[in-house]
Amino acid sequence: MSEPLIEVRNLRYRYPDGTPALEGVDFRLHAGETVALLGPNGSGKTTFVLHLNGLLRGEGSIRVCGLPLGPDTLSHARRKIGLVFQDADSQLFMPTVLEDVAFGPLNLGAGRTEARARALDALERVGMAAAAHRPPWHLSAGEKQRAAIAGILAMNPEILILDEPTTFLDPPGAAALVSLLRCLPQAKIVVTHDIGFAQAVAQRAVFFKKGTVAGEGMVPEIVNRFGWNGPPPERRGRP
Amino acid sequence: MRHAVLDEWSRRSSPLHRRDARVKIAALLVFLVTVAITQANFALLGPLYLALVAAGFLWARLPLGGALGRATVVLPFSAVFAGAAALAGDPHRAVLLAAKSYLSAAAVLLLVATTPLPSLLRGFEGLGAPRFLLTVAQFLYRYLFVIWEEALEMRLAAASRGGAGRNRGARFQAAAGLLAVLFARSHARATDIHRAMLARGFNGRFELLEEPCLRAADALFLLPAAALPLALRLALGGAA
Repeated sequence: MSEPLIEVRNLRYRYPDGTPALEGVDFRLHAGETVALLGPNGSGKTTFVLHLNGLLRGEGSIRVCGLPLGPDTLSHARRKIGLVFQDADSQLFMPTVLEDVAFGPLNLGAGRTEARARALDALERVGMAAAAHRPPWHLSAGEKQRAAIAGILAMNPEILILDEPTTFLDPPGAAALVSLLRCLPQAKIVVTHDIGFAQAVAQRAVFFKKGTVAGEGMVPEIVNRFGWNGPPPERRGRP
Repeated sequence: MRHAVLDEWSRRSSPLHRRDARVKIAALLVFLVTVAITQANFALLGPLYLALVAAGFLWARLPLGGALGRATVVLPFSAVFAGAAALAGDPHRAVLLAAKSYLSAAAVLLLVATTPLPSLLRGFEGLGAPRFLLTVAQFLYRYLFVIWEEALEMRLAAASRGGAGRNRGARFQAAAGLLAVLFARSHARATDIHRAMLARGFNGRFELLEEPCLRAADALFLLPAAALPLALRLALGGAA
């Protein structure tokens, strides 16, 4: 098999107050695959993905597209990895959607004409071209999520990371997101509690528990192994 | 929110909306200075200045009554100083203070209601205002909505648990707690925003997608817009 796009070995991290968050995580992501990160709240999933483009720094080794992640390769990693945050409001801070989507390309050194073209193209790909000149705070939750994804796609990353992308979406919005993600060729990591969403987009699942990888495999297998199917169905009968 | 209306107005289309923000800011500054230095004959000049501002709103195809009504928001603040002047035995000065404050607020409102915030900030930047300050203003405006919504949610949550029905002391304590949590949430939000910026290659400088450029129509607008209030002041205002 070819060299993985992301290779993490023995990653350890403690929060500033000393609480252990990651305790020896190993992980690989290969080109073209989509991996779902599952696990209970506080198990370290988000903390883990924040390490992948250097937003948090722990002990251990991380390689992104062949290069070890370090201070000198941060911009390389951030060029390769596009991170969509859980709450799109945290990501959409520019006055208009177009300017927000162009924010990444401009930071990466694209000229104004190229940045505009890339932003418009990304908005077109997520079906948000008509909202280009609207302020982000006028968008619905689903539109914000799409605009946030466009902001990442405009940077032409090789890897997409989405942190709980369905949290603020209604079922049609989540279904639209599934369709969109299936069309995108990038390798993806999806942090989610939504098993249906994970099964719809991911081939593989990694289960986090107390800062460690407790298991990995096909999504249904992991869901069954860790009893991650959600609450049992309600008993039907007379009230 | 009140400024959501202004945001909608600022994105409409009219000849005034299309003018470059820098010339509108320059015209506003001339107007404000002219109003400020007008002392004599204000009973005549004041309504004329107001007519100029009203003409601006009509030219911009904005609701005149709503716009002039919104400008009264400044009156409670100016009333403090006007009241002090009136108590000091100078009612003429009190009226002048209130009237000038209102005219200034209406003129500022005209600028804000015809210029989308990004263009307005770029206009100030083009006139030499510090970029850092403008960036702070931009973030403040953007996240005011978010923090306001969080504050409303917290208030509802408190009310649903009986926070509004207890005695005044308990309500004050609850409000103080809400404020503390709001600060904590704002800090968490700021951290998230900063991370989102870093993740997209932010290096401390905001690159702009477009550079504003002045057109002949902007110059043609600036000339009468700046000259009219000055001419009125010189023709009817007598010596300063």
